[in-house]
Amino acid sequence: MQDQPHPSEIIAAVARFLKTTVAAETEGATAFNARVAANALEMMVRQLALAPAAAEARELASLETLLGRRGDLRTLNTELSRRLAAGEIDLSTPGLADHLWDITLTKLAVDQPKYWGYQAALADGAPTQEP
Amino acid sequence: MSELAGPLDALARHHLGGDGIAGLARMTAGATQEIWRFALVRDGAETTLILRRAPGGDRVSETATGLETEAALIEAAAAAGVPVPPVHWVLRPEDGLGRGFIMGFVEGETLGGRIARGEAFAHTRTFLARQCGEVLARIHTVDPAAFPDLKRVTPLEFVTQYLEAYRATDWPRPVFDLAFRWLLDRCPPPPETPRLVHGDFRNGNLMIGPDGVRAVLDWELAHVADPMEDLGWICANSWRFGVEDKPVGGFGRREDLWAGYEAAGGVKVDPDRALFWEVFGSLRWGVMCCGMADSFRTTDPSVERAVIARRTSETEIDLLRLLAN
Repeated sequence: MQDQPHPSEIIAAVARFLKTTVAAETEGATAFNARVAANALEMMVRQLALAPAAAEARELASLETLLGRRGDLRTLNTELSRRLAAGEIDLSTPGLADHLWDITLTKLAVDQPKYWGYQAALADGAPTQEP
Repeated sequence: MSELAGPLDALARHHLGGDGIAGLARMTAGATQEIWRFALVRDGAETTLILRRAPGGDRVSETATGLETEAALIEAAAAAGVPVPPVHWVLRPEDGLGRGFIMGFVEGETLGGRIARGEAFAHTRTFLARQCGEVLARIHTVDPAAFPDLKRVTPLEFVTQYLEAYRATDWPRPVFDLAFRWLLDRCPPPPETPRLVHGDFRNGNLMIGPDGVRAVLDWELAHVADPMEDLGWICANSWRFGVEDKPVGGFGRREDLWAGYEAAGGVKVDPDRALFWEVFGSLRWGVMCCGMADSFRTTDPSVERAVIARRTSETEIDLLRLLAN
């Protein structure tokens, strides 16, 4: 067992430092890049909080059902991409639309939870995947 | 101060009629180009100018036109009545500044969110979409024959070019494959008359004042193709800055864009084609974003590039909302 504080707490503290100290006390490109760096760290805090193992287990189970075979995430996603590109499966395939929504909402919850298109999708009734 | 200051000072004395330069500073915008601002000093007075150059002086991306061509495009656009910054000098090897050019500074706003939502632009937004249509019509009158080096692409070639760029990332994105299949099944035939298209005409690349479009910037993705492509791209979800019911850059209606385009001499707008390019716009921006992961690992390990790579998922949700709702 590693000691405290948890990585996400330390990363969040560095993000706060970049935003409230570095960005506030510099200007121009340095201030801009400090804010970008803080945003990147906050994204990593969300990714750590999302419990990637649980989300990936759900994605893997869904891929196995859709494709009727077993494999790892990379292999099965590549197979799903190939079948979609070839037109062998499409949005009329049972479960496909739900699967694509689930994996995409999971990404957005980490990458850009403030993105207006994500917020609009949630408002339209898409299932929440908040970390 | 940067190592650019010496050569730039010499250039100002020899070629720009100045006594030197002052206040050289790198500007924040521009992930693929370096943009510097400085003052040309002449008889004690200062004129603000912009240096636009390849990153590190000489790195030029594969998709870009090249900065010398970009400068020539801006001059041709000016002659066609398009608002652009005046080009003052195109860099030569002996200038010691790499590849690029020096242009005038145009006062205004480029931040898309402020243009789409800011109170200062409330009146401007009432006519901006129509004005964008008029500007695009003028861009499309530039004779492509003057630019033999620019890429000529049919709609199918253009979509395929981005499909190949996506495949080259070697990272499966099922939503992208769904969208490419959808677009390839609906790809329009080549246009009757291919035109010079700007290629990146959107909210964020336009210098806007209260009076409207003051300058069209960032010509590096220009090519010769279907003119409807430019009319669709400015309407893509990615440039609406949260104002979903104003498809033209988050500030206007498609009907006004199209009316301005036709009134200023553009060809009759084909709504199906324009909407095809609008959907493709989300996917195209998505491919541009996911390519940033590769360049982050190879040529430019900046945090900004890593973060843009992580914006790919924004386009995936836009595409799902368009195709799977």
